[in-house]
Amino acid sequence: MIELDKVSYGYGGTALFSQLSLSLAPGSFHFLTGPSGAGKTTLLRLCYADLLAMGGQVRLFGQDAAQLDRDAVALARRRIGVVHQDCQFLDHLSVAENIALPLTVANRANEAAGNLEELLTWVGLGPQAGQLPPELSGGERQRAALARAVIMSPDVIIADEPTGNVDWDMAQRLLTLLVELNKMGKAVLIATHDMNMIRSLKSDVQASVLRLKDGQLTQAGAAL
Amino acid sequence: MKAVLDLIIGDPHADRAVPPTGLTARLTVFAACVMAFLAVIALALSLSAGRVADRWADDLAQSATLRLPADPAQADALLLSALEVLQTTPGVASARALSPQEQQALLEPWFGPDLPLDTLPIPQLVEVIADDTGYDAAGLRARLSGQVPGAVLDDHSNWREPLLAAASRVRLIGWCVILLIGAVVAAMITLAAQASLNANAQVIRVLRLVGARDVYIARAFVRRFTLRAGLGAVGGVILGLLALQLIPQDEDVGGLLTNIGFQGAGWLWPLVIPPLSAIVAFVATRAAAFARLKEQT
Repeated sequence: MIELDKVSYGYGGTALFSQLSLSLAPGSFHFLTGPSGAGKTTLLRLCYADLLAMGGQVRLFGQDAAQLDRDAVALARRRIGVVHQDCQFLDHLSVAENIALPLTVANRANEAAGNLEELLTWVGLGPQAGQLPPELSGGERQRAALARAVIMSPDVIIADEPTGNVDWDMAQRLLTLLVELNKMGKAVLIATHDMNMIRSLKSDVQASVLRLKDGQLTQAGAAL
Repeated sequence: MKAVLDLIIGDPHADRAVPPTGLTARLTVFAACVMAFLAVIALALSLSAGRVADRWADDLAQSATLRLPADPAQADALLLSALEVLQTTPGVASARALSPQEQQALLEPWFGPDLPLDTLPIPQLVEVIADDTGYDAAGLRARLSGQVPGAVLDDHSNWREPLLAAASRVRLIGWCVILLIGAVVAAMITLAAQASLNANAQVIRVLRLVGARDVYIARAFVRRFTLRAGLGAVGGVILGLLALQLIPQDEDVGGLLTNIGFQGAGWLWPLVIPPLSAIVAFVATRAAAFARLKEQT
């Protein structure tokens, strides 16, 4: 569904990585690890065409991302659920409206009611549904961002440190949600520093652990 | 038509995606109101100038005055010769000597009602009315100089043409002012829309992240500014029409200043201003929104 083929990217003339390849196939589950500054977030942004590769090719659902116009990118993003590290919301809308936003912009707002209630309960934000995002804690914002990312039941879920600010129990609950979606055939890519989280999921999911360091992407599963 | 209805009714979800911006909203409405007010006044001036010019043209184009020398000994002979010349001139529909009472009435504003006209050497005036084809003024003057020495034909062209030219310029300037007002509205709406788009950069980022197409994002801004411009213009038109009512009207005077306003089908013109204002806002905001969204790719 998403393929990176010998992709390179850098900032200010300095290459962050080059010749990097990755394929997110249906039903695949990838963890992306690596030291801070290695380019994990950049790699994720390339996967949903928030950045365009400087070299190589990124294919979103079979189409070259560099050739997509803005509308095509928007349509592709409806099939990709993204959880940002900084969890951006529309601060003037309620938590429930923010979570339902992907359905709203796709003119499917009428589908929101049932899914939304269930999802709010699952991520433990039922009582906060009517609050505004600035009123949420860091952990609550992450949960809301994850709920927003999955409400459209996207083909691919990309999450950048999705459990960084939540307690262990809630982290497990959120990961269970991602595992269940993965079992439904969704591809999942999670960038994380948390090796304990990765170990905790070993028994539940067939995950590939990738390590990004010094511009190289390597398979780290054997070392776990 | 459906697109217009969609624009008016809107999508409540899409509208809520962009936060309301109080100051920009008020300024847009105010600017549209002021511009519509000015447009109504300019329109009224332009149409009034046109009416006055047309009236002068109609009233004066077909009439002329022949003035005969004030020579009591030859008065009757000169008048007969003049009438004969006029009646045989192609394009002259009628020629009539003004009566002493009519001549006295013409002089009354300057000399009062008790002027002893019969004791003064007053030149005899002849009113000449042209038919629709008109006559050759130069040819008529040549014939009169031969058969009625001293007769002067005044076809009013000396003062009618500059007045008509002036009225025509006033009308043209009025339309130019209206065009400029439209351009200013477009410029102001564009600036306001750009300010609003810049202030909502974070909103645009989030909407894009969740898969909003440019047209969805732009629609929320476009609809908002279009309605504000339209509503502001409605207010401006109402205020403009009320202001015109404060100007004294006098049809009989026939001047420009006492005839400023709308008449007949001219009343439809102010009704065009709000939709035009909305269309200008629609085009300006849409262009600004798509340009900004392209920049923010």
